[in-house]
Amino acid sequence: MDFLTSILAISIVAGTSLVYATIGEIYTERSGVLNLGVEGMMIMGAVSAFAAAYHTDSAWAGVVAAALVGGLMALTHAFLTITMRAEQVVTGLAITIAGTGLASFLGEKLGPDGGPLVGLIGPRFPKIAIPLLSDIPVIGALFNQDILVYLVYILVIVATFYLYKTRPGLSLRSVGESPQTSDAMGVSVFGTRYLYTVVGGILAGIGGAHLSLSYTPGWTENLTGGRGWIVIALVIFATWDPLRAVVGALLFGGINAIQFRLQASGTTIPASLLNMLPYILTVVVLVLVTWREGLSKRLGAPAALGLPYNREERT
Amino acid sequence: MLPFSFKFEKRLEPSRLASILVPVLSLLLAFLFGAALLAVIGANPGQTYQAMLAGAIGTPAQWQDGQFYNMTELLVKAVPIILTGLSVSVAFRMLFWNIGAEGQLVMGGIATAAVALFFPSALPFIPESPWIYIPLMFVAAILAGAAWALIPALLKAYLKVNEIITTLMFNYIAILWYQFLFTTAWKDPEGFGFPGSALIPEYTWIPRISGRLHWGLLLAIAAAFVVWVIMDKTRWGYEIRLIGENARAANYAGVSIIRNIILVMILSGGLAGLAGFVEVTAISHRLQHGLAVGYGFTGIIVAWLAKLNPWGVVIVSILLSALLVGGEQIQITMGLPASVSLVLQGAILLFVLGGDVFTRYRLRMIRKAPTAVVAESPSVQEA
Repeated sequence: MDFLTSILAISIVAGTSLVYATIGEIYTERSGVLNLGVEGMMIMGAVSAFAAAYHTDSAWAGVVAAALVGGLMALTHAFLTITMRAEQVVTGLAITIAGTGLASFLGEKLGPDGGPLVGLIGPRFPKIAIPLLSDIPVIGALFNQDILVYLVYILVIVATFYLYKTRPGLSLRSVGESPQTSDAMGVSVFGTRYLYTVVGGILAGIGGAHLSLSYTPGWTENLTGGRGWIVIALVIFATWDPLRAVVGALLFGGINAIQFRLQASGTTIPASLLNMLPYILTVVVLVLVTWREGLSKRLGAPAALGLPYNREERT
Repeated sequence: MLPFSFKFEKRLEPSRLASILVPVLSLLLAFLFGAALLAVIGANPGQTYQAMLAGAIGTPAQWQDGQFYNMTELLVKAVPIILTGLSVSVAFRMLFWNIGAEGQLVMGGIATAAVALFFPSALPFIPESPWIYIPLMFVAAILAGAAWALIPALLKAYLKVNEIITTLMFNYIAILWYQFLFTTAWKDPEGFGFPGSALIPEYTWIPRISGRLHWGLLLAIAAAFVVWVIMDKTRWGYEIRLIGENARAANYAGVSIIRNIILVMILSGGLAGLAGFVEVTAISHRLQHGLAVGYGFTGIIVAWLAKLNPWGVVIVSILLSALLVGGEQIQITMGLPASVSLVLQGAILLFVLGGDVFTRYRLRMIRKAPTAVVAESPSVQEA
């Protein structure tokens, strides 16, 4: 029982950053914009969250900083791909490359007296046990978490409701499926795409903040370790649905938990081989999901994903 | 509200002026952005850029003394970048997003070292001569890089699995596998605990020209020539370009997309594998920390900045490696993070991506008749 509880607890903490960023990317992609800059936004979110929290001594200031930085980077992506009509794949890659470089640069310079951030201990979000609920066997692990985890529970519910049950959610989905039709109905395609790209960036930034403020508190280079790319795969796994994103994120969190347990138990399997697990799992899951979707002929992807919209031109 | 608005109009022909101005201005803007960043952290941007330049190409005083160390270092770095740049450019030409050059490079390096480390004892009948071993390692590196690229290619061709994610995940898997080899499985027992494989025999080394500069440079240029011939002079190259421009039309014209995905990824992975080959046989001479230093990602920037043109790849690679070498120098001489050059690289690409619209479109200013005036005096309406 204790074993299950600890696996579940670690899965949830490890999966939280993924849920934030995946729901963000689901919103972005639902509007028809593919944002491959998630990895860059998460790592910039992580470094700016830690730096801001360290200097202000407030973890919340870190979350705000990460949200701002993520949103700003997403705004850049939106401007380049929507207004300047740049290639979406390459622009996202460029944002990730620039973000990774900038994060490593800032990590060397944002510490006290222009020194490095590596090795510093900053404020972090403590675990808050919810009375009674946290005493339930196994499931209690859900209710002995930090505040960002509790917020992600709310986010999942709100995001699902918003997407399927509200008018703006309907507009968002229609822009991703058929921008021409949405435009004719008076929905601003550019405005919608800008809005949800920025929302996606904000959530990716907060996801990064959870890594440096709670999951592995502190800053080390390459802290995200490709989580931003796993997020892109999770969106496909989740078939662009926020609830299913949670299942995927827990699966990856669970892999992290198993890695932890094995390492703690003093296994003879070398760490570098254990660390491959999430990446191998990503490929396997992606292949299975794509294969199954191909069989059922049901396309989960928004029809206009990755296609620039241009009023005057027909594509 | 402004009395006018802007609108992009598609040009019939790409603008020549813009295609020259955009890269130049992007470079300038990226360096301005970098200067602002340096100023924020309290470094002097002018001095830093000067030090970067001196680090990249040396100083006139050094040239007079006959010291060209910096320039040869610059070319040493350019070699793997040319190869990964070519690798990415052939795949991107048919809009196959191979982000996996980094992992394919690593696999090429592993295969190179495997031949050099294990063939002499396992297959003693092979003459221990560079004329035999270097071609053997060359082929092994191409095969390993191609094989690593082939898996995502097959998954894409037959199951339509998103290649961006598979090639990227394969990077992580390859790098971790590489780490496992040099820290555990192939670790040199006589290495005093230092993580790294044994040194490969000297007859398997590519000879050097000057400093660390080696004949791999010639190999990289030859590879650019081969890619240029394939892309511009053969039917295969025509098919690849056709798929990149309009996959559906290519399919109707009888071009097999499945076959081309597989063949192009073999070519692309092989080229990246060669980058690993030169790094191992000419530079490190063993498997150790520092093979996967991001050349695969620099290759993406190079390919796009070069507009996927092989000769452009050679030129842009040399420019970007100047940036990298300069960045390493300011870390040594000024104590500034070398990642400045990564930031600059990314910024250049972002500015070029944003500016490219001006080569394909022209910006038109459209005057709006002030609405209030129109309402009061309908006679003002012109057209």
